[in-house]
Amino acid sequence: MIELEVNGSPRTVDVEREMPLLWVLRDELHLEGTKFGCGAGLCGACTVHVDGRAMRSCSVPVSAVAGRKITTIEGLPVRGALHPVQQAWLDLQVPQCGYCQPGMIMAVAALLAEKPRPSDADIDGAITNICRCSTYARVRPAIHAAAKRLVAKV
Amino acid sequence: MHAFARSRRAFLQVSAAAGGALCLELVVPALARGDPAPGAALAPGDTAPGTAEINAWVVVHPDDRVVIRVARSEMGQGSSTGLPMLVAEELQCDWSRVSIEFVPVAQNLRRDRAWGSMSTGGSRSIRESQEYLRKAGATARVMLVAAAARDFGVSPLECRVADGIVTHEASGRRTSFGKVAAAAARLPVPANVKLKDPKDWTLLGKASVARFDLPDKVRGNPVYGIDVALPGMLHASLVQCPVFGGSVRSVDASAARKMRGVKRVVELHDAVAVVADNWWRANQAVKALRIDWDDGGHGLESSASILAYLHAGQADANAATARSEGDVDGAFANAAKIVEAEYFTPYLNHATMEPQNCTAWFRDDAGTARLDVWAPTQSGEASAAAAAEAGGVPIANVAFTKTQLGGGFGRRGAFQDFVKYAVAIAKTMRGTPVKTLWSREEDMQHDFYRPISLTRMRASIDAAGTCTGWHTKIACSSISASLATGRVKNGVDMQACGSFVDSPYAVANQRVDFSLRNTHVPVGFWRSVYHSQNPFFRECFVDEVARAAGKDPYEFRRALLVGDHAKRDLAILDLVAKTAGWGAPLPQGTHRGIAVADAYGSYTAGVVEVAVDAKRRVKLARVVIGVDPGHVVDVDAAKAQIEGAVIFALSAIVYGEITLTGGRVNQRNFNDYRMLHLRDAPAIEAILAPSGGFWGGMGEPPMACVAPALVNALAAATGERVRALPLVNAGFSLATSA
Repeated sequence: MIELEVNGSPRTVDVEREMPLLWVLRDELHLEGTKFGCGAGLCGACTVHVDGRAMRSCSVPVSAVAGRKITTIEGLPVRGALHPVQQAWLDLQVPQCGYCQPGMIMAVAALLAEKPRPSDADIDGAITNICRCSTYARVRPAIHAAAKRLVAKV
Repeated sequence: MHAFARSRRAFLQVSAAAGGALCLELVVPALARGDPAPGAALAPGDTAPGTAEINAWVVVHPDDRVVIRVARSEMGQGSSTGLPMLVAEELQCDWSRVSIEFVPVAQNLRRDRAWGSMSTGGSRSIRESQEYLRKAGATARVMLVAAAARDFGVSPLECRVADGIVTHEASGRRTSFGKVAAAAARLPVPANVKLKDPKDWTLLGKASVARFDLPDKVRGNPVYGIDVALPGMLHASLVQCPVFGGSVRSVDASAARKMRGVKRVVELHDAVAVVADNWWRANQAVKALRIDWDDGGHGLESSASILAYLHAGQADANAATARSEGDVDGAFANAAKIVEAEYFTPYLNHATMEPQNCTAWFRDDAGTARLDVWAPTQSGEASAAAAAEAGGVPIANVAFTKTQLGGGFGRRGAFQDFVKYAVAIAKTMRGTPVKTLWSREEDMQHDFYRPISLTRMRASIDAAGTCTGWHTKIACSSISASLATGRVKNGVDMQACGSFVDSPYAVANQRVDFSLRNTHVPVGFWRSVYHSQNPFFRECFVDEVARAAGKDPYEFRRALLVGDHAKRDLAILDLVAKTAGWGAPLPQGTHRGIAVADAYGSYTAGVVEVAVDAKRRVKLARVVIGVDPGHVVDVDAAKAQIEGAVIFALSAIVYGEITLTGGRVNQRNFNDYRMLHLRDAPAIEAILAPSGGFWGGMGEPPMACVAPALVNALAAATGERVRALPLVNAGFSLATSA
């Protein structure tokens, strides 16, 4: 039995220690907002927060995150209100097919938590999620827009 | 704001409550946020009690909410918003009260295909639906106004309508669509309703519209195929014979069977699957299988042997002729100069972010065999047919549900391999729903790849620098041949000759030859299909010819774009050249390339600016792409298609190549089949220039000019002509990723 804290709730799962967090979230806890893209930490579709930091859940054994705070896209809104990153994504109409976007949004939310006003170089270094629809042209302005929203909130 | 996917929890509840009569597509997408819980007893596509179906596309609620039905698939292109806009423009309802509902496949079949084609590809959704959708909106409006006029006791001609409110001008009496909908639905359907003149549109091409699908997408709510979750569902992973056309000789599954959670090992003709209680466990067990494969005689095929086969096609003097005008041989005999070049483009994988998947459930319903199937598909009807065939179940007993698609790009249309395998696997697990999901490696190594092509062009130039003759010979795989559609005639696949057989360039003597080169590698439709390669060949070669003639590549093209048939190519070329400042001085070290093409009924041109350093690192300084699709529906979504297409194309141009060794694909994942990242994305100037009078596509046309404009810019920068993609093979890299 492995004890987890997912989106603020304690969860217990009976799985192999090496099972990647992604499959615990998707197939055991039915939090399917976190997506499978590559299984090798290459695309970022499975990005979640572990203790506030972005991690690619397809490449993290569940035993490594026992007892740590895990946040998925389902847990990003606060009391139902969109996170500023989600709101910026909506305002700029970023998603196309949308499949990679939960991972992209989680990666950006973690970046902004660490660097509230990221430079373009910060963004280039931190956001390496693959979007096959290629929404990148809107991702960058949406990150800056979200940063403004976050600073305004503080 | 409107939603069309409910929370995942509700999805599961409906699944559980509906039990045998699963009909998710039906209820799920119809809901707008805040709607009351759906009546789970509704049959797929049925109209909810108390609402009025004015026609197949338009349902009006008593409180004036309007549901507009969508038959095509939403795969990110935004047509689940654009298609309803076409209806609403004529309906003149209150757009802020519109929600959408996807039409279930079974309902379309049951109602004699009232919603027409559900197929989603070829940049066809808008252009092939626009007329009947606008008519559906106009017809419904006429009926609603007639019902209102009858209420008022006046002639409909004395009434006007706006935002779903019908007003009798003289008396000032008003009513709303919701109040008269039930009566309107019983009125005779008027024939030959008049459509608005495009200049009177208030929604199409005008307003900035919020897409229906995005509020759910930013929350991670939509149910993609991979997210289907049913009570008692099991998970399958599969491995197909790594050599295309091979089969299973024997399987040692002893280790796999002992692994935790494994329920069954399924041996198919050319694949083996493991069914388990969790996908990761199924996939771990697949890795533990020891399979002896029969390579079907293709085990020695490689990129080198396939290239040799293409070269043999080029050498074939008896290749089929697709177009012949004038006297090409004479033009070459009298030429002052002859230019000749051979170009190459490789196989490409689609790499949809959502790997292929499908869920299937064989049920016994009071003695009747039923098959419920869910999949992300570009063609719901093809999926249902494939499921019926693979399952041996009459199509009337197949309930197919189209989920959201994590990308399509042509992968999820014609071939339906994901349905066939998933159904075959679930058939061994009767009574239990099974979701089969491809690993990324499996998805990479088993696609229907963009055809490989080796194309040679020759042009003759006279003493004045005019192009007098042009001979193209294409050695390429044919998708139509592999589909056996009968569209290959006399050895020619006309689709594969696109951009050459219909070239707008005024060259007096032209010939196009085609050598059909299908190998054991399956080929399919990859975003923009042959327009992902033929405009690259043609537009790079035009630059080569212009250079040989000593002319500016833009002016050289202009001189060849004469006559009425080329006026739209010329207009978009001029607009893009002007926007990009063609001819104006550039910063030191920066160089431009240009291209023009027509594709999928639209006209497109592009200018790319690059700077290349001594280590062959390429900086993409500027990308300008213009498209004239005739009419634009959703401006923002159309721009997004240009932005996305540019980078989708760039990933292929810079990195994209599927290679083979020992009959099997070498690439496995995104480490060796690379994509551009955010840091690599150039500034894109997306120009929409609808000139009216026709309807063209938007999803694929903006792909066509990216490769030639970029490669022409590289030639201007380096003096070196790249004739084979991807660029990494010529030693180039992106400055941003170096």
